[in-house]
Amino acid sequence: MTTPSYTRRDFQTDQEVRWCPGCGDYTVLASVQGFLAELGRPREEFVFISGIGCSSRFPYYVNTFGMHSIHGRAPAIASGIAATRPDLSVWVVTGDGDALSIGGNHLIHALRRNVNIKVLLFNNQIYGLTKGQYSPTSEVGKSTKSSPFGSIDYPFNPVSLALGAEASFVARTLDMDRNHTQSILKAAYEHDGSAFIEIYQNCNVFNDKAFIQLTGKEERVHNRVDLEHGKPVVFDGGAKAVVMRGGEATIVDSSSVDPKAIVVHDETRQDPSTAFALSRLSHGPYGPTPLGVFRNVERAVYDHEVQVQVEAAKAKLGEGDLNALVRSHGTWTVEASSANGG
Amino acid sequence: MADENATTDPSSTPTEVADKLVVRFAGDSGDGMQLAGNRFTDASALFGNDLATLPSFPAEIRAPAGTLPGVSSFQVQIADFDILTAGDAPDCLVAMNPAALQKNLEDLRQGGTLVINTDTFDERNLAKAGYKANPLEDDSLSGYRVIKVPMDDLTKEAVKGSGVSGRNTLRSKNFFALGLMAWLFHRPTDPTIEWVEKKFAKLPEVAAANTAAFRAGYNFGITTEATKNTFEVKPAVLRPGTYTNVNGNTALAWGLIAASKKSGLPLFYGGYPITPASDVLHELSRHKNFGVRTFQAEDEIAGIGTTIGAAFAGNLAVTGSSGPGIALKSEGISLAFMLELPMIVLNVQRGGPSTGLPTKPEQSDLLFSLYGRHGESPLPILAIPTPSEAFEMAIEAARIAIKYMTPVIVLSDNYVANGSEPWLLPDIEAIPEFKVEFAQQPNGPDGTFMPYMRNVDTFARPWAVPGTPGLEHRVGGLEKDAVSGNVSYEPGNHQLMTDTRAWKVANIANDVPDIEVFGDNDASVLVLGWGSTYGSIRAACNRMQQKGTKIASAHLRHLNPLPNNLGEVLNSFDKLLIPEMNTGQLLKVIRAEYLIDAVGLNQVSGEPFKVTDIEDKIAEMAR
Repeated sequence: MTTPSYTRRDFQTDQEVRWCPGCGDYTVLASVQGFLAELGRPREEFVFISGIGCSSRFPYYVNTFGMHSIHGRAPAIASGIAATRPDLSVWVVTGDGDALSIGGNHLIHALRRNVNIKVLLFNNQIYGLTKGQYSPTSEVGKSTKSSPFGSIDYPFNPVSLALGAEASFVARTLDMDRNHTQSILKAAYEHDGSAFIEIYQNCNVFNDKAFIQLTGKEERVHNRVDLEHGKPVVFDGGAKAVVMRGGEATIVDSSSVDPKAIVVHDETRQDPSTAFALSRLSHGPYGPTPLGVFRNVERAVYDHEVQVQVEAAKAKLGEGDLNALVRSHGTWTVEASSANGG
Repeated sequence: MADENATTDPSSTPTEVADKLVVRFAGDSGDGMQLAGNRFTDASALFGNDLATLPSFPAEIRAPAGTLPGVSSFQVQIADFDILTAGDAPDCLVAMNPAALQKNLEDLRQGGTLVINTDTFDERNLAKAGYKANPLEDDSLSGYRVIKVPMDDLTKEAVKGSGVSGRNTLRSKNFFALGLMAWLFHRPTDPTIEWVEKKFAKLPEVAAANTAAFRAGYNFGITTEATKNTFEVKPAVLRPGTYTNVNGNTALAWGLIAASKKSGLPLFYGGYPITPASDVLHELSRHKNFGVRTFQAEDEIAGIGTTIGAAFAGNLAVTGSSGPGIALKSEGISLAFMLELPMIVLNVQRGGPSTGLPTKPEQSDLLFSLYGRHGESPLPILAIPTPSEAFEMAIEAARIAIKYMTPVIVLSDNYVANGSEPWLLPDIEAIPEFKVEFAQQPNGPDGTFMPYMRNVDTFARPWAVPGTPGLEHRVGGLEKDAVSGNVSYEPGNHQLMTDTRAWKVANIANDVPDIEVFGDNDASVLVLGWGSTYGSIRAACNRMQQKGTKIASAHLRHLNPLPNNLGEVLNSFDKLLIPEMNTGQLLKVIRAEYLIDAVGLNQVSGEPFKVTDIEDKIAEMAR
């Protein structure tokens, strides 16, 4: 079969995109469509499953198989597809409320099982579709319609949560940075198993400039910590570095430490402790915040294991035989003659 | 007659031949009564009796030993004719301790046989059971034929040399009791011994102990001539053919596997452990060589979620649970309805609401099945009348789901799920296939695909699975345009789609068999039932006919849509009686649909109807 030649347009649908003008979702959509076109994989082999929320309209705008489902359940629905159809590339589009609040259970269990699904979590730290309530990633003190005196909820750090669930691929990117987003999408696609990508996504209506520390021209120079496999973790033009002290990742002036003490990022490290420590450098995009792949390790993939068990059972017991099945508890026969005799 | 079968009567004790007998094993939940009952049942099935069983066990795994809440029991009726229920009152009760006696004695018929393990009747156990005096020492059991057996001591003695020691020796006492019952009721011994050897092949000392205890119980009967006579129930005159003994959960699982074969679709089951539905998950997970994929989800919601995903992906997708779990799945079922994807939702009903009576049967989720979703969302509903019919009901559910592209609810209950009966095995090859043809080609103008363009006969939409070139499309919970499937908020479109979805399901009535009337067409009373009340209703009607009362009965397997001829049938009788294990749910439906002033007979005791209760009600109405 020849590799299809696609452009981004081939992954657009005839549906009018209905996000607010200026929404970060537009940029992510363009990044994903462009990335899919470049893969050259037949369009019909992709499935996009979403839950409920602004970002969950995403499947309507991507010309593949897709389902806009119900609040929080996309990882479960996607698991049912991936577990039975390893020939497909299954993607979940979700938001901070969808994935971390109402659907938190499905997310952690999909990651735990290592089902071959790619989760794009659009984190805008607010409920947008319901017009502005605090979300499970909103900062403490956030004043919203449902928290006029400030939110008293302690927020999740989504990357920490995914690492805690032992996700085999965990990354963070930024809506505005298409190149970075596409490089992360590619790495997630190539990874065998669950991939979790937190995408910082600006909601210009209800939570504008939430990520200004990472997107502002001035601010990002000081705060964007790019994780690159095999390279020392340094930022701010090399002025700052990350070292491990007492088990914690700590930011220091590069000049104050032996260069050998600077953490060299190893995304393939099986033990998630160092990746977790890096995820604790920030609890939200309010200061120096790592972006990139935190973890990318191999472990048994659920869909493969399902297949292996089926094949093993067939090899051991032979292809299922219905006649044998219904007789497997023992049988007895009533002869026609005894019926007549009765 | 004893010489007809060498294995049935090795003793000189006289034999009383009965046409039917009801036996109940009762003991502590740790005493292995379910196992003993099942072995007795299987031996009876292989002997050729017709039978029906009623297991009853506490919700607690091991309630405190010796207490009333800890009592577990297993009732079986064996007969030499075609019977329909596990019987109202036992003819023989095995009581392994005082609590078992206390809890079950009132059910034993006067003059019935009582087998008692006397070793457990000490002060402590008597107190736990609420006895102020030892019933073995006063005349409170004088109305029964009592066989007193020191089973603990005899079991300990019997298993010496087996390799089992200490407290474990007493674990074989259920086999002692079973052996004694095998003697008392002329059960063949070989099937039980073969079963033990196979079951405990990896634990030879346990196998040896159980076999020794079983033989000791049997021999105890012979040598002590424990009772003035033994009992025999001759093989039943059943329709010729090959039979197996099966319970409802197993037959349902097998039916789903058969439906997978007949439809050509791989079977997917997404479920979460819940009593009494878990056994369906257990059974299916054993049969991966049929291509079955079972998914033990993180919760009930993920059970329906993965099932929706599997349906979208082109599987025969099934989720199952019981009341509380179905409640959690409700939102997902509504999505499945909206998406118009085929799948089966199994509800093995138990006593509710909330955790209710997790191990007891009830039929209280009928209205929940009809109306327990948000929005206008009618679904086809089937109900299983007997354990063995679960097999064909599973196939019927799959057929409807696929043909009409809709979720189908299948109602079972704990009586059908755990009760067992002989099943005349069907000719597997003769079961019609219903091979699925997924959409392959665009169906719209200019090579477009219209996921909601419907089949003109069934109104089913095409099933286009991922991986099919040119059929890329999006579905979702938002209202869709009637043809293109694109999101539509048009007022007229929502009206049209709501009507269309309802019409699609209502139209299935043209594809379900007419309801049949049994009994006398000129009777004044028709008894209408659904689900597991089948046996009790039919048995009651049979007895009424034998007494000379004209009576008719009919049983619903399709509860939505109802059979086309139902109204006509109901209106052709003066009076309509509807027995249900709820407070009158089908009754409401029938009154609403047909404006018939039906009478309910309703019971929510966690127990199936006694045949006599239905008889009494019929007698009252037929007067």
